[in-house]
Amino acid sequence: MFGLNRNDTLLLIFVAIITFAAPILMNPFPTESSLAQFNAGYPDLMQRFVIFGIFAIGFNILFGLTGYLSFGHAAFLGAGSYACVWMFKLFGYNVLPGIILSVIVAGILSVAIGYISLRRSGIYFSILTLAFAQMSFALAYSVLGQDMFGLQGGLTNGETGLQVYTSDPQIFHSEAAPNLPHLFGLPMRETWVWEYGAWSFQFNAGFYLCAIIMLVVFYMSIRIFRSPFGMMLRAIKTNQNRLNYTGVNTRPYALAAFVISGMYAGLAGGLLSAMDPLAGAERMQWTASGEVVLMTILGGAGTLIGPVLGAGLIKYFENIFSKINDAILEGWFAFLPETIGDAVVWVLHFFVGKGWHLTLGLMFMIVVIFLPGGLVGGLVQGAKRLFGGRRRKNAPPPSASPTSQAAE
Amino acid sequence: MDLDAILLQVLNGLDKGSAYALIALGLTLIFGTLGVVNFAHGALFMVGAFCAVSLERLLTISQISIDESKTDFLGNPLEVETPYIEMWFGEAIGQGIIDWSVPLAILLTIPVMLIIGIAMERGLIKHFYKRPHADQILVTFGLAIVIGEIIKASFGATENPVAAPAALARVTDVGALVGADTINVTYPSWRLIYMAFAAVVIGAIFAFLQFTTFGMVVRAGMADRETVGLLGIDIDRRFTIMFAIAAVVAGLAGVMYVPIKPPSYELGMQFLVISFVVVVVGGMGSLPGAVAAGFLLGLLEAFASTEWAKDIIPGIDQIIIYVVAIIILLTRPRGLMGRKGVMEE
Repeated sequence: MFGLNRNDTLLLIFVAIITFAAPILMNPFPTESSLAQFNAGYPDLMQRFVIFGIFAIGFNILFGLTGYLSFGHAAFLGAGSYACVWMFKLFGYNVLPGIILSVIVAGILSVAIGYISLRRSGIYFSILTLAFAQMSFALAYSVLGQDMFGLQGGLTNGETGLQVYTSDPQIFHSEAAPNLPHLFGLPMRETWVWEYGAWSFQFNAGFYLCAIIMLVVFYMSIRIFRSPFGMMLRAIKTNQNRLNYTGVNTRPYALAAFVISGMYAGLAGGLLSAMDPLAGAERMQWTASGEVVLMTILGGAGTLIGPVLGAGLIKYFENIFSKINDAILEGWFAFLPETIGDAVVWVLHFFVGKGWHLTLGLMFMIVVIFLPGGLVGGLVQGAKRLFGGRRRKNAPPPSASPTSQAAE
Repeated sequence: MDLDAILLQVLNGLDKGSAYALIALGLTLIFGTLGVVNFAHGALFMVGAFCAVSLERLLTISQISIDESKTDFLGNPLEVETPYIEMWFGEAIGQGIIDWSVPLAILLTIPVMLIIGIAMERGLIKHFYKRPHADQILVTFGLAIVIGEIIKASFGATENPVAAPAALARVTDVGALVGADTINVTYPSWRLIYMAFAAVVIGAIFAFLQFTTFGMVVRAGMADRETVGLLGIDIDRRFTIMFAIAAVVAGLAGVMYVPIKPPSYELGMQFLVISFVVVVVGGMGSLPGAVAAGFLLGLLEAFASTEWAKDIIPGIDQIIIYVVAIIILLTRPRGLMGRKGVMEE
């Protein structure tokens, strides 16, 4: 279906079902129960899941396929955010032009940065992208945020962040249209609540817009992975020198991958602004670039679903795991004798709540050390070992694959 | 700009450059010997800085006694905190020791950083020699996050200022220092000391590598690790020690920087980005390159932050380092003094 083979179609359908059912699946605990705080099914967080999923899918096209480790993708995220808010300011609150412009702006920026950065490889490439992103951040934060060309607050409005004011032109804004981001009259904040027994599920318009866009770009990334172009990108990762010797000019391919992933990042940035019309320079800071690296590696670079999983995991940690405080921990371990319970709580309190970054860092290190394919790679490997072992017992295959030999 | 203003910016540049050069020197030592890209180096710098904070907290552990003869503003008997160190050594000496806690922390930093360096190399980095550079970057990046979070859990999320010794916390007349009446510039004494300290450490590292047998073996190993191994020398052990020495350099750079910039758990990440830019500009694997690039970028940054430069190009102070890095990487692909064939696969 859609030019995909059977497995990929199944994967796409599986992801689509999970995504559309997310408002229900992410709310497994009744509203009044003590576990309700672990529900992730509220609009703001679910939007972040899919938006950062898009960001990570795009990053994976560059890093997972070509092996070029960019530490500067936040620049495109930020540029996309600013572009989208500018469309709100100029033309009104319809999100479609904003999202389209954010992709275009990020694309242009990534052509410029990619053309220069891709002249070098390895760590030099990483540092060049990092330098460009830090430069964009510094410019957006200071120079471009000062009054210029008669614009108050310049292009980025500096520290305050770019937002829409009532004095802005908004030339296509009509009285009938809602006064907040909307898609042809459907406000992004519109949420339908479905009360079912003790549960309450929220279906948010903005989330479904992001989800549909994510499925489209996910489908595109599958097509890229399976295309001859994707094969060429993998060849760049495996041995760029050999490609050069055979007379292939690899740079256009790498640049194309860079620009595509930059446009994905811009799209994510545009969607962030479409959900909440405020763009700040901190989206361009290198910690944001580091975050998408963490997401992609944690889930599994080079796998299709890994980055989305990684993005979801990190955003869940950031929003839910960080809420666990000492009082909740004490509640959980109240059944233990007091001294042991206190000791357990004392140890755990470094890893939860405000210390969630510690858990994240440790998890990330463990993944890099033991699971080079990320969580998804590890799962696939584990499954292979499990099923491979069973097959050997029943009927040994005529030609054992290298992995099954290693397992023996 | 008159001469004094220029001299002031030169001092500012040398001050920043000293810190950059020290961190970049350690990074390059690790890269040159072990071939490992260490993204946790900024974190080591931060650990050094927090050695000073810890020592100061240790020294000021106090006994609380109640002075019946005085009352506080609520009328209750006044609680007097007396640091144990003052009780043991007498008030004058005790206060002196507390006052000098930053320089004293150097003595604490060296063993701490040696242990951390050896543990890090044997426990983690060792397993990454054969892995791609991207994996090394990622695992040390994870380690940097973990170290930052441990610091945050133990010292809080705020800045932890520790003052320089009172005798050094004032300004020095630079003109009088060099014996020229025409120069009318004053500069914080501690920053001048930091520059001198950096010069001593850098000189010591170069002398160590140049004039000792150990240093000779290490340099030989940097040039051709395999051959040195074939000659029956346990090069791995020496490289472990070099890693620890690089960690000590980072720690020393951090501990003396405390009075200049109060450390917080974000310090490591703040210095990480800039120090990698310095190393790459200097040329991966080149020790003189790292030092030269550190001072060069420090000076450029100082001059770019003058009003005079900002009038010509607004915002130049924010971006100068990155602009220079991009230009140098594009025109001199191996950095200022990089060797051929390093990190070019």
